[in-house]
Amino acid sequence: MTRLHPSRREFAAGAGAGIAATMLPRPMLAQGAAPKIVVVGGGFAGLTAARMAKRYDKGLDVTVVEANPTYTACPFSNDVIAGLRDIKEQQFGYGKVAGDGVTLAQTNATGINATARTVTLANGNVLNYDRLILAPGIELRFDALPGYDEAAAQRMPHAWKAGEQTMLLRRQIEAMEDGGVVVIVSPQNPYRCPPGPYERASLIAWYLKAKKPRSKVMILDAKDAFSKQRLFQNAWKQMYPNLEWVSLSMGGKVSSVDPATNTIATDFDKVKAAVANVIPPQKAGRIAELAGATDRSGWCPIDPVSFESKQVPNIHVVGDAAIAGAMPKSAFAANAQAKVCAVAVAKLARGEKPETPKLINTCYSLVAPDYGVSVAAVYHPVNGALAEVAGSGGVSPVDAPLAERKEEAELADGWFHTITSEVFG
Amino acid sequence: MKLARVVAGAIAGLAMLGATALAADAPPGATSCSGCHSPTAAEDATPPRLVGRDPEKIVVALQEFRSGQRKGTIMDRIVKGFTPEEIQAIAAWYGAQK
Repeated sequence: MTRLHPSRREFAAGAGAGIAATMLPRPMLAQGAAPKIVVVGGGFAGLTAARMAKRYDKGLDVTVVEANPTYTACPFSNDVIAGLRDIKEQQFGYGKVAGDGVTLAQTNATGINATARTVTLANGNVLNYDRLILAPGIELRFDALPGYDEAAAQRMPHAWKAGEQTMLLRRQIEAMEDGGVVVIVSPQNPYRCPPGPYERASLIAWYLKAKKPRSKVMILDAKDAFSKQRLFQNAWKQMYPNLEWVSLSMGGKVSSVDPATNTIATDFDKVKAAVANVIPPQKAGRIAELAGATDRSGWCPIDPVSFESKQVPNIHVVGDAAIAGAMPKSAFAANAQAKVCAVAVAKLARGEKPETPKLINTCYSLVAPDYGVSVAAVYHPVNGALAEVAGSGGVSPVDAPLAERKEEAELADGWFHTITSEVFG
Repeated sequence: MKLARVVAGAIAGLAMLGATALAADAPPGATSCSGCHSPTAAEDATPPRLVGRDPEKIVVALQEFRSGQRKGTIMDRIVKGFTPEEIQAIAAWYGAQK
């Protein structure tokens, strides 16, 4: 027993007492039993975590819980709204998961008992876990904006979870008469995809410019600043004179909406929208709250090394639901976090300590079909939170030539293909 | 020389783990790269494949992005988040992947 790299079996058998003393407390596992990892959520974060854990350690028993037979990806869904893309290009199945040895439970998780370490499923089954990874994404808050509830979303789509809502907004814009105002209500931070409302406004303005040139796009914003702001605003000035951004300090904060009349009220004004796209405030998906992993903000505080919940032991949270410090809620970040978390969970499951990670985020936005801009940064744990590595990252140059914007639009397309191949392929 | 040692270390690490089903540990930052760098891309694609690529070429490319000698759209911003040692470790790890 003097080898430096004992096998997992030796750990599980408890034979390496001298070695184990240098490790973290070992989990309580039945002798020889494969550690059970359950992942709730089959999106960019959850599916990545499940497959990465199994690829890293084939000895793990990994189950991913996801009710939808098809995943509809949010990145590039603004292209769908602007008529540039078919929704089918956003949709991915789970057919490749089994090939990795990951079990798919096609149902909802309805309850979590963190003491007994069990997940109750809607189909009545109960899964035991040694480590649970929650990747539930976001839940839209239908209690945060007066007048905006689930029924209102059928008249004033949020389109912030891709799928039928995306198509509803697209149909409304296509059916709109020329001369109408498309109003986009943008929420306070934090929310899924920080530059998303501005990319959406851009692509809708692009569509209207070609098809309905007397129409307008108005963003009513609960913020005074937003992601890639200078890049968007410079481009808007050149391309979209009919796009207006109303910031918080200019009275952009929405106080209520009325789906019956498609009217949106701010503290100072009322706007009658031809099409109203209301993106409400958000919180972590409900299962995170049921697990006790959310704090008063509605999101999940996590340890930046292992992504383990700061509130519930043996439960990890990745993706949009997590409070990942300076990392934005993007698909790239979700995927990057999931890979780090999966390895950390595999190590913890056999009593090892996870390494201190570094993570990257890259995020492209389209201002027009051939005009892309990006933001990127590198992150590492500082004082218990993920912070940007000083000097890293930043946005596309403000003065870049159009050829470079075109190249970034092409790179955006390539990115979507690469990341969805990694997650679903 | 230093790079050669890192590569040798990574290969030795893989050999030690050979008896188990475990993959070699990726150095900090490495697992994020595959969000953009496809394992099936060509070596001269933008962005290029990293898996199985000569580590020295990866290191040189990243050094050039850092110095500004090579023009990048986004890699020049990302590389500034890594130390020269981290870059060498990432390059060695990708070079050893199949």
